Amino acid sequence: MSFLEVKNITKQFGRQTALGDVSLNIERGELVCILGPSGCGKTTLLRIIAGLETSDSGRVVMNGIDCTDFPASKRNFGIVFQSYALFPNMTILGNVLFGLYQKKGVTKDEVRIKAIEVLRMVDLLEHKDKYPRQLSGGQQQRTALARAIALSPDYLLLDEPLSALDAKVRVKLRGEIRKIQRTLGVTTIMVTHDQEEALTMADRIVVMNNATVEQIGTPREIYNRPATPFVADFIGTMNFYRKDGKTDAIRPENIKLADRSGVYDVTARVKNLEFKGASTRIYGVLPDLDDILIDVPSETADEMRLCEDSTMFLRLSAEHLVHIPAVI
Amino acid sequence: MLNKIRRRLQNLRLAQAIILVCILAVFTIVLVLPMFALFSKAFLNKAGEFDGLSNYLTYFRTPSLSVSVWNTIDVSLVSTVVSVILGFLYAYALTRTRIPLKPVFKYTALIPIFMPTIVHAIGLVYIFGRQGVLSGLGLELYGRFGIILSEVIFTFPQAFLMFYVALEFADGRLYEAADSMGISAIRKFMRVTVPEVRYTVVNVFFVCFTLAFTDFGAPKVLGGSYNVLATDIYKQVAGQFNMNMGAVVGTLLLIPAVLSFIVGRFVSGKNSGTISAKSTNLSVKKSRKRDVLFFALCAFVTLSFLALIAALFMGALTTYYPYDLTFTLKHFAFNKSTGGITSYFNSLTMSLLTAVFGTVFVFVFAYMMEKTNSFGLLKKFGGMLSALPIALPGMVIGLSFIFFFNSKSNPLHFIYGTVAILVVSNIIHYFSVPHITATGALKKLDKEYESVAESMNVPRWKTFLRVSVPLSLPAILEIFMYLFVNSMVTVSAAVFLYSAHFKIASIAISHMEEAGDIAQAAAMSLLILLVNVLMRLLYETAVKLIKKKAEMKEKNYG
Repeated sequence: MSFLEVKNITKQFGRQTALGDVSLNIERGELVCILGPSGCGKTTLLRIIAGLETSDSGRVVMNGIDCTDFPASKRNFGIVFQSYALFPNMTILGNVLFGLYQKKGVTKDEVRIKAIEVLRMVDLLEHKDKYPRQLSGGQQQRTALARAIALSPDYLLLDEPLSALDAKVRVKLRGEIRKIQRTLGVTTIMVTHDQEEALTMADRIVVMNNATVEQIGTPREIYNRPATPFVADFIGTMNFYRKDGKTDAIRPENIKLADRSGVYDVTARVKNLEFKGASTRIYGVLPDLDDILIDVPSETADEMRLCEDSTMFLRLSAEHLVHIPAVI
Repeated sequence: MLNKIRRRLQNLRLAQAIILVCILAVFTIVLVLPMFALFSKAFLNKAGEFDGLSNYLTYFRTPSLSVSVWNTIDVSLVSTVVSVILGFLYAYALTRTRIPLKPVFKYTALIPIFMPTIVHAIGLVYIFGRQGVLSGLGLELYGRFGIILSEVIFTFPQAFLMFYVALEFADGRLYEAADSMGISAIRKFMRVTVPEVRYTVVNVFFVCFTLAFTDFGAPKVLGGSYNVLATDIYKQVAGQFNMNMGAVVGTLLLIPAVLSFIVGRFVSGKNSGTISAKSTNLSVKKSRKRDVLFFALCAFVTLSFLALIAALFMGALTTYYPYDLTFTLKHFAFNKSTGGITSYFNSLTMSLLTAVFGTVFVFVFAYMMEKTNSFGLLKKFGGMLSALPIALPGMVIGLSFIFFFNSKSNPLHFIYGTVAILVVSNIIHYFSVPHITATGALKKLDKEYESVAESMNVPRWKTFLRVSVPLSLPAILEIFMYLFVNSMVTVSAAVFLYSAHFKIASIAISHMEEAGDIAQAAAMSLLILLVNVLMRLLYETAVKLIKKKAEMKEKNYG
């Protein structure tokens, strides 16, 4: 029995299917990312888990208890939204206390101590008497996080928590969220459309598309062994090669390159080069006129003096080839 | 098992459902049922039997009655055209020119809002009447001309405000692009400015037309032998006790509002989308000729309104205008027979009650509609109900309330003749604008506040009081002020609903005018103006304080 079981959830919005028979299990203490393009149903799934939305059919079982008919307030989760939804008329401390005061059987002092403790954890103690609008985006985000974990929830739900932030702040906060999550050991579900976020933070990733789950697995499994063409294409970059109704695929960085023939398997012509800093992307053309992408360290590209129309030799080793059952 | 049922109930959000059902029930009782009573009366004969369209046929076959239809259309159309043009130019002057004294112009334009329409008419009597300051001009005030003039004064502030909102923000990029292409000022106006406001023009037209079409105050004082629908309805009901014919005229009064409602549905939604986050502010260029012209126009309108006020002061504060111009306060000692000072206090009581209960009702209703999920069907019904009052003129509400609440079989009969029925009719009459204000304010709040609070197990009422209400405070104050000011000046619905025990000031003014105590009427008007201006100032100060406090919260001190 998993700590959270989502069983055969379906949800219609009018004629549009938001979720079509979605099931997943989440273990205690895990950080699971639900990853998918916008409109794939990932936020709806999170809201149904939270009890903020009702499903048309299916069950949500939390720690062995069927919670499908429970309202949000009875499910014991903390939630952080993309907009943070901080109450602008309350101080940072006030925001955290707002929920804590609802707790029964605790004294005011205990509540305050708890609030101070979580604010220290997110490194905002010195800002506790400020109002949300006086803080930076990253600080607001951490306030929302502090508010969500203050009630010691069983589950922490994060709905695109980082997408409103600058790139640099985002990278920094990824680490901080992960650290706090580990420290508390709180089971966490995070919805995101950012594959890098999912790959770096998650214990497991649930890839969703068109209202259904495409694949569930660790970041490595998802990246190295994508189960469907969608997953292969959505996460990272992938070269596809179709033959006899089967599809083989290989990542651009897994293709080896040499400037003269020999052990290498395929010859190709360079169509275009794109300098990306540390690496260089080569847009190549195979003899059968299929396009192919290759990523090499920029150093290698320089040493080989690659330029437009030069010929290169590629090795597509079997260990890196991915066989995808369906055809796109 | 019991647990399971309890869980189900929690999920149904029982408390919210009960509140919503109660609100909708109240709304139905005070809005739908009275309208039903009105319409059924229009199709019954005096004996109370169903009579088809015969009342309508009688109405249109009686020339002395049906002439009012054309008269009303005539005066409404002319005054609306004048108001639309004047309102647009005035708003244009305040937003797109560099004339001085803009704040003065802005606030004086609102003066008519603070007084009953009867008072506009009385002011005009002092200026253009037989013994008026400008009686030498020989204008025939009583009749068509007077009504039109008075309706222009009444509808101008509405037109101005709507155009002001539409013109206040402009996308400077469009004008800069036009300039870079060397387009002339007139072409710029026709091809950039006019398209920006064309839907507003349609809306303004209908709003002004409906207001003029259904106004009772001005034709009551200035109509003379020129009959319009609003005075007809009163004569039929209060004079001849012909309730069925009154109902017929009442339904006719609905026509322009219903028409504008349909057109509004058609036009709405097309008006937005011109201003985006990328828009730059429009910087108005210098043009002496333009500014002089617009300044002259604004000065003329402002001086006219000030003259109207001055006339009231002159009438109220002189012994016997125009024969004895010595200063006196004796006109403030009101005759008991026409209402006395009691009517003023009654008006204050009624307006405060309307503002308090109306604000609570409007805001809670808007909250239930905006911030609850589920209850799809109930909310759809609520949406339909909330769209209705905008189409209902005060006279029609008053009339329908008589038919409904005065019936002896109605268990709510006891509120008839009390302040309660006046308060309820005011809330319904002035529901639409506050509803839009409240809905707009609530829409601006993050829709996840409720979700976050629920996740923290904070009960909904606490979130409502601690988050939604404080964050919507400016809108709530605006609603309060709007309901108060309008209740102070209302005549139309009240004319059918006041009782001898509870007369209000605006009605008292009309009775003073009828009795020839025009100086007392002017004095009472000034008292109404005074309290309304005070209320407005109070509101503006409060909003400023709130803004200041919010800015304090944004200032960095870290």
